[in-house]
Amino acid sequence: MTPTEYEYLRKFLKDNSGLDLSADKQYLIESRLLPLARKAGLSGIAELVQKLQGGSRTLITDVVEAMTTNETFFFRDKVPFDHFRDHIMPEVIKARAARRSVRIWCAAGSTGQEPYSLAMCLKEMGAALTGWRVEIIATDLSQEVLEKAKAGIYSQFEVQRGLPIQMLMKYFKQIGETWQINPELRAMIQHRQLNLLHDFAQLGTFDVIFCRNVLIYFDQDTKINIFNRLARQIEPDGFLVLGAAETVVGLTDTFRPIPERRGLYKPNDPRAAAAKPALAGAAPRMAVMAGR
Amino acid sequence: MKTCLVVDDSSVVRKIARRILEGLEFQVTEAEDGSKALEICQRQLPDAVLLDWNMPVMDGFEFMGHMRRLPGGDQPKVVFCTTENNVAHIAQALSGGANEYIMKPFDKDIIADKFAEVGLIPVGQAMV
Repeated sequence: MTPTEYEYLRKFLKDNSGLDLSADKQYLIESRLLPLARKAGLSGIAELVQKLQGGSRTLITDVVEAMTTNETFFFRDKVPFDHFRDHIMPEVIKARAARRSVRIWCAAGSTGQEPYSLAMCLKEMGAALTGWRVEIIATDLSQEVLEKAKAGIYSQFEVQRGLPIQMLMKYFKQIGETWQINPELRAMIQHRQLNLLHDFAQLGTFDVIFCRNVLIYFDQDTKINIFNRLARQIEPDGFLVLGAAETVVGLTDTFRPIPERRGLYKPNDPRAAAAKPALAGAAPRMAVMAGR
Repeated sequence: MKTCLVVDDSSVVRKIARRILEGLEFQVTEAEDGSKALEICQRQLPDAVLLDWNMPVMDGFEFMGHMRRLPGGDQPKVVFCTTENNVAHIAQALSGGANEYIMKPFDKDIIADKFAEVGLIPVGQAMV
């Protein structure tokens, strides 16, 4: 791949997906896009770039999907799911006792392991949620990934990453060499195609937002923009869960970290959060202070 | 240093497992069937057993039954590691006292995940 081609692809990905590749990610592009180029009957990256420059719509979608799809497994990093079970849900159950409903958004639901892990956590809570309306919305940029999530079918390799064997036995059915998650859990999740760069206000307001391991790919301004818009979709007493390598600190005042609970954030005063994106310079900080 | 007994009739599998487990800082001993594994356990119980199912002389399931009845034999974490990948075998292993179950083929990530699952290594170590 020539430096010109690499620069073109970097800019292309930035413009079309917000993905912000550093200058040394040639290997990543080659490992993801070479198979795609071959599949499309092209000779290599050079010809792929030509086609993209020619404006091939299907190829544009394919390239964005191939570059933004991440490795994922059940109960990834474990700690966020412990937080979910031991801290988030007990508070939500208390706070929503009258309404008896909870809305959860997996903003980078990928191939479904994260939303299904949450669904399993909720099932394990048993009686505490009897009679509750539980909504899990899983969104992802990639239609192909969403189809996989919806089917809930995983390879033997995939079900052995992060998933305790008892959970596999309890919540999956073996189909040949693959394993499919039970219909009851599949029914708990709505899958929707969504680009986080676009407006997501139509999703409504959530008690819990999992937005893990996706913002790391975005540049600082995009991150700030997404945090500010996430703040408008979260209940004032809701929870935001980020990936291990992600934080709001130094980027936005709309959320604050919860001490002693890595990856867990609460929204700051909603009036301040709402005021922030409309204002520039020192004004938002004043708004935050005024809101306290 | 924690100890792990690797029980498998394939020397290749034992070698791969040893390399992975030593990377996770286990002290590894090997046995080529359930009977040899039981002799080792009668002398000293390991912290973990990575256990194949189908082996000559004594299979893994039978070995587990004998080991669990030794004094202190309820302590070691038993992780099956076998090509038997159907629900019936998994259910049998779990009700017979297995703590986790790996369906072959396996790799370092799967072993690390499963060992973390039963508390043999810290969760963080499974993430490398």
